[in-house]
Amino acid sequence: MAEVAHKVEAPEAIVADAPTPGDTLLYLESVTVSFDGFKALNDLNLYAQARRMEAVIGPNGAGKTTMMDVISGKTRPDQGRVIFRGDIDLTKLDEAAIANLGIGRKFQKPTVFENHTVFDNLELALKGDRGVFHAVFKRLDADERARIEEVLGIISLTEEAYRRAGDLSHGQKQWLEIGMLLMQDPELLMVDEPVAGMTDAETEQTADLLRAIAETHSVLVVEHDMDFVRALDSRVTVLHEGSVIAQGSLDSVQNDERVIEIYLGR
Amino acid sequence: MVRATYTPLLARLGTGGTIFLAVLIAAAIAVPILNQAVPVTSAFHVPTYLVSLFGKYLCFALLALSVDLIWGYCGILSLGHGAFFALGGYAMGMHLMREIGDRGVYGNPVLPDFMVFLDWAELPWYWYGFDNFAFAILMVALVPGTLAFVFGWLAFRSRVTGVYFSIMTQAMTFALLLAFFRNDMGFGGNNGLTDFKDVLGFDLQASGTRVGLYVASAIALGFGFLLSRYLVTSRLGRVLVAVRDAESRTRFLGYRVEYYKLFVFVLSAVLAGIAGALYVPQVGIINPGEFSPANSIEIVIWVAVGGRGTLYGAVLGAILVNYAKSYFTGALPDLWLFVLGGLFIFVTIFMPKGVVGAVTALKDKVKPVAPRPATQGASSG
Repeated sequence: MAEVAHKVEAPEAIVADAPTPGDTLLYLESVTVSFDGFKALNDLNLYAQARRMEAVIGPNGAGKTTMMDVISGKTRPDQGRVIFRGDIDLTKLDEAAIANLGIGRKFQKPTVFENHTVFDNLELALKGDRGVFHAVFKRLDADERARIEEVLGIISLTEEAYRRAGDLSHGQKQWLEIGMLLMQDPELLMVDEPVAGMTDAETEQTADLLRAIAETHSVLVVEHDMDFVRALDSRVTVLHEGSVIAQGSLDSVQNDERVIEIYLGR
Repeated sequence: MVRATYTPLLARLGTGGTIFLAVLIAAAIAVPILNQAVPVTSAFHVPTYLVSLFGKYLCFALLALSVDLIWGYCGILSLGHGAFFALGGYAMGMHLMREIGDRGVYGNPVLPDFMVFLDWAELPWYWYGFDNFAFAILMVALVPGTLAFVFGWLAFRSRVTGVYFSIMTQAMTFALLLAFFRNDMGFGGNNGLTDFKDVLGFDLQASGTRVGLYVASAIALGFGFLLSRYLVTSRLGRVLVAVRDAESRTRFLGYRVEYYKLFVFVLSAVLAGIAGALYVPQVGIINPGEFSPANSIEIVIWVAVGGRGTLYGAVLGAILVNYAKSYFTGALPDLWLFVLGGLFIFVTIFMPKGVVGAVTALKDKVKPVAPRPATQGASSG
């Protein structure tokens, strides 16, 4: 693990905070992705700990979404490894396999199944066998139904259970997608700009919800909204041009000279 | 607050499905009676040629249903489904050829006429077994199913979707068209297979046999509909709609999209093959023309006209368009292709959800309905 830490450029804080093998759920080791010569990720090293929240910030084009694409199997890195639970290399697996290992993802643009009801959206996300023949005969049992009702309550969509998901408001779709993540019950949740397009009250509720989730899951949040990141009260990683340039509490990274330079300097 | 997502089997049919099944059963009973029991002199008598025409429509309806299952629910636009229909038809045609026995023009007890004509000494190996009816029926399902499995496996695993997939299916049916045109393929070349005498000992020209084939087609359509309806109202159906609307999202939920597509594509091909097998004895011929790319496009037009994503809409479209075709090719034969093309453009622009969608929209306008129940989600697309 020390080897992982020393490859992270700059702040000593990282080395001090270096993970012990037991509680690192995911680590990215010198991951590089280039598109037509442009390096979206450049020797990126990052780790996520079990049952912790991790916020990732950075200017546009810093590689935040590409990083999620690599972890979830949408994009294959040119170099580097992505290790989950200590011994599974995610770069060898496809999206479905990675999802079934316990990595869930919420997209920047809320992506729900618009022609299905809210209830059916949650049912499809419900953790369980994803086989074709299983799906032919599968019926919900009482426990599963109760779980869906519980999540409907958590995301405040009980009243909307039988509405078409496409008819929901933008904020409600964001919540439904978070609800779908809860149904998947993954070990690691990746959440891409969850509060985009939300009101202040909704943003606050979302921060509360994610903090509650992080008590039992690992959560990786990518966000632009600094107030929201502050409300998450988690460790913050700053990405720039595909690499980590700072890591620590929000206050410490906001005082970091390089971070200030990137955000304000140009 | 939370209502049951799952409803009893009958309720799974939905209103449209129940009406459709009732009409189908009524037609399956009424037409034979009007043909067999009502005297020829009566105005209510249905002549035998009409029974076979209706039977042909039912086969097309099953074919349209098979296309709707993949296109309407999973977004897979196959422009080559005529190939599966034709393969099922050829499998049945091969059996009917063997049934002729020594009653052919050349009187050869084993070789079909065209082989004698080509001076072939013995039956090609791939004709073995087709003298057995059960074997032929097995091949009716197995041949289209295997082709769909291999084709689908290669395409879906490589994530070929949308218009690229459609073009590949056109190429597939065109390649088969060219292959079946060749005399040395051993399927009768240009002329195809024809001059059938009987099936299971029943004379194919007899009105009783014609009625039997009509009823068999109605039963096949009914079971095809029930099976498809069961699938689209199951979780599998909800996954298919999810794939149609947001394929990559479905992958990120852990579903192997390619397996789901492959399952429904193979099933659809088998249904199309069964439709072809029932079609051939009723029209008395199968030739490579059935593989023509235009045929496959026409099937898609039937589904678009009826309204995709409802199953019974596809059946309605197949019958409406084919009825129009029977009329126009009789009355104004030169105009038919223009009418067909015009119909497709009209439906695409003015009735994107087809006849069924237009009727539903009208009904909603007349009386605003309560929010639809949970299980109807799959049919709303």
